[in-house]
Amino acid sequence: MAIFELLQGKFGDAVAELQSEAVRPPFVVVSAASLPEIARFLRDDPAMKFDSLMCLSGVDCKDRFAVAYHLHSLAHRHYIGLKVFLPRESPSLPSVDDVWPAANFMERETFDLFGIVFEGSKDLRRILLPEDWEGHPLRKDYKYPESYHGVKL
Amino acid sequence: MSNEPARGAAPAPSAPFGPEAHVMVGSADMFVNWARKSSLWYLLFATACCGIELMQTGASRYDLDRFGAVFRASPRQSDLLIVAGTITHKMAERVKRLYDQMPEPKFVISMGSCANTGGPFYKDSYCVVKGVDLIVPVDVYVPGCPPRPEALIDGILQLQKIIERKRNFGAKKA
Repeated sequence: MAIFELLQGKFGDAVAELQSEAVRPPFVVVSAASLPEIARFLRDDPAMKFDSLMCLSGVDCKDRFAVAYHLHSLAHRHYIGLKVFLPRESPSLPSVDDVWPAANFMERETFDLFGIVFEGSKDLRRILLPEDWEGHPLRKDYKYPESYHGVKL
Repeated sequence: MSNEPARGAAPAPSAPFGPEAHVMVGSADMFVNWARKSSLWYLLFATACCGIELMQTGASRYDLDRFGAVFRASPRQSDLLIVAGTITHKMAERVKRLYDQMPEPKFVISMGSCANTGGPFYKDSYCVVKGVDLIVPVDVYVPGCPPRPEALIDGILQLQKIIERKRNFGAKKA
């Protein structure tokens, strides 16, 4: 895909691979450290103009975590995905809420349910679960608590 | 009619007040219960698809007004809490607070499977309360997912029957 080759030419090793088999949109796997730079390029470049972050989600792949970004360009009507793999021990990556403000709520949801930390986020708090909830329920190794505030689960 | 008091004379001494005055107490209970069951103002409280059926029940086609049940937007003015929808643990504290803010006497209808038992979220849910009766006392359970307006109306009629049997005056039952 043309965008992948362009990104690879521009960012080199930070762009690892293209996952286009049986997935829509095709996903470009990038490194965590280069994510804000790539995101800003994809938004601002006149040939890219990915002005819409449609979806940001976390994935628990058991041996590691992934964060997936679905991008769409209203101007050019093309779309692409970005994917970042993170180690299970300390999953953290830079926030992109200064690139797409819509990212903030989705990053908070991913943090809430997976415990993935978005560094530099404007406001990283739990969004769905109560503030005093323990654990991150969408992790595969999550253990259900017995009760919450005296009400059994 | 020789023992009828003469016109203008003082009335005969009446039956004593208190626990012995069963006729008096019975009719007072009946009157108060009639008033309560005929003006069940319910709190606007909906958390899921049951809320759509609740709105439908209150709207013109099913017209809950004809049973004296109208919606109120404040718990301070409500007699009835219809828990319409899924209650999460985060929401449960709000349900409890709304219930506590309602004046006595107050009644609760649990509407739909989620409020009754947790419904489709009964197994493998970390966030849904498995029945709102863990949070507040429930008078009537209305089954369904979601219940049709007819079912909710039947629930309100059942609640009216419960209210009819209440005793408010006289000697308390042991």
